[in-house]
Amino acid sequence: MTLALAPSPIKSPSRLHRFFRYLSRNKSLGFGLFILLALVAFTVIGLMVIDPNDAYPLSAPTRRPPSWEFPFGTDFFGRDMLAVMVVGMWQTAFIGVVAGGVGTFIGVVLGFISAYFGGITDAVIRITCQILTPIPVLLIQVVVAGSLDKRDVTIFIMALIVVMLAWMAPTLVIRSQVLTMKERQFVSVAKLSGVSDMGIIFKEILPNLMPFVAAAFVGQIFLAVFASFYLAVLGLGPLREPLLGNIIWLAQAQGAFFNGWWWWPIAPSVGMILILGSLALINMGLDELSNPRVRKSE
Amino acid sequence: MTLMLIARRFGFLFVVIWAASTITFFIPRLSSVNPVRERFAELARMGGYSPDDLEKIVASFSKQFGLDRPLWDQYIDYLYSVVRLDFGYSLNRYPVTVVELIYQSLPWTIGLLLVSTIISFVIGNLLGAVAAWPRAPRWARNFSTPFVLFMGVPPVLMGVLLLFFVGFRLKLLPLGGAYSIGLVPEVSWSFALDLFRHQILPALALILGSIGSWVLTMRGMGITIQGEDYVNFAEHKGLRGRRIFRDYYLRNALLPQVTGFALALGTVVTSAIIVEGLFALPGVGTVLINAIRANDFPVIYGIVLFITIAIATIMTLMEFLYPILDPRIKNS
Repeated sequence: MTLALAPSPIKSPSRLHRFFRYLSRNKSLGFGLFILLALVAFTVIGLMVIDPNDAYPLSAPTRRPPSWEFPFGTDFFGRDMLAVMVVGMWQTAFIGVVAGGVGTFIGVVLGFISAYFGGITDAVIRITCQILTPIPVLLIQVVVAGSLDKRDVTIFIMALIVVMLAWMAPTLVIRSQVLTMKERQFVSVAKLSGVSDMGIIFKEILPNLMPFVAAAFVGQIFLAVFASFYLAVLGLGPLREPLLGNIIWLAQAQGAFFNGWWWWPIAPSVGMILILGSLALINMGLDELSNPRVRKSE
Repeated sequence: MTLMLIARRFGFLFVVIWAASTITFFIPRLSSVNPVRERFAELARMGGYSPDDLEKIVASFSKQFGLDRPLWDQYIDYLYSVVRLDFGYSLNRYPVTVVELIYQSLPWTIGLLLVSTIISFVIGNLLGAVAAWPRAPRWARNFSTPFVLFMGVPPVLMGVLLLFFVGFRLKLLPLGGAYSIGLVPEVSWSFALDLFRHQILPALALILGSIGSWVLTMRGMGITIQGEDYVNFAEHKGLRGRRIFRDYYLRNALLPQVTGFALALGTVVTSAIIVEGLFALPGVGTVLINAIRANDFPVIYGIVLFITIAIATIMTLMEFLYPILDPRIKNS
């Protein structure tokens, strides 16, 4: 007597389900993504609800503390701080994504060229990176931003200034990863099978490198937001725009705390803390994802 | 062999300084802004205005600063003056040189940086080491988590929050400045106390802003070291936990942290400069912010170049420190 057991199909959890299960283990990634999504929602809904012109001077009564009409108050120059937060967040995101994207792209291209072709190209790229690395990037950016006519500085130029000296770190990371990957067997097999250089780069190495590229991208966004914030706090940003760092610089220049206008610097500071904090958490989480050895002992 | 290594390190330092000076020389000259004209146009806006005289003033100042000579001559001159640590005159406070401005403000910056960096390095590494130490009590291991969460927050934002809660709401500490308005600098206990009270918040902002990265890297390092044979050996020898923690575990985990310290120096110094600006301390940062506000270009470029040279030099010197800290490097 045989008992025929119908092979019951093993239900594999859906992709989304697995993603959420991973997030519950990788807490910093989950928490960081949550804050970032909340910020994106705030900005997107905000851009639909408020009038962006309210983020510029003389659009509201001056120096009002937070109330129902102005939830974050208004500043010395008559900006509605709620509108400032929405527009400032959007501009910060723009600088971060543009500068981070361009920086990562340059880094990936240079890193590949350097590691894959080697020789004199490699030496030039590597030595340039090594010489530029000890120079504090932010200070050089101060020189660049300071040399520009202040009326010319726009959000886009700000992003370009930031990216100009921020491609070295991704270049070195990608270079070292390509170097190790180049020696792996699957690349040798591809080479022996007659796959062209471009084919190996795009079909064999690049897909395996994606976690590192993603991590470098988030890292570059963090650095770009950080750098543009520092430049703005020093008074080198586009002065008319409601960039969060600009607002803190203005508040400090007008002695906001001495005069009791505490809401003026607090709102942009909290916003910036949330942006940078969420990016740092995501960065840590991605580190754990792409490099399991960093995983916590417990 | 060792001499060769030292020569190579100093050669590299020389190249870094040359690259930094070249960047700070050429970038301003690529832009369309003429610093001298900018400055005097601003003065002209405030006072009377006569176009011919303005041109004459600009021409004579350009001659004095050597701005009318060929670019190549200027470049050679510039490199020569960098070697002598001479960054020219301030446009805003004319007869004062940039170096004088830096020397006046540098002690403030060094004091703030030294104290806050040492405190954050010691506390951060201890917390990180404890967080990775399996025998530590649970509360001690979790104690460092909030500091790690602060990791992405730049010190200047910590400063704003501290100003709000401690300075503005609780009114415990002053809101800025080096000492209370109306006080005359003198050598006395009451003045020293006042000075100290003004330094607490900036130092705290820097410490809270930088402690998290020490905790995180130290924790990672600690986890790696626990698996090492010599730690197991020490345990099997029956050494006491405290002894293992201090001599076998902490000392070895600290070594890479010194390297990390050298790498973080650039960010730490930049953060300190901006925090100084926020609290209006009379350090290099405030001089820089005032120079930016007043279009005082020689001061901006001079300070940037000075800090770059200082950081590159310190990093090079720290590399010579490793063989002293770690005998294994000396042998290989």
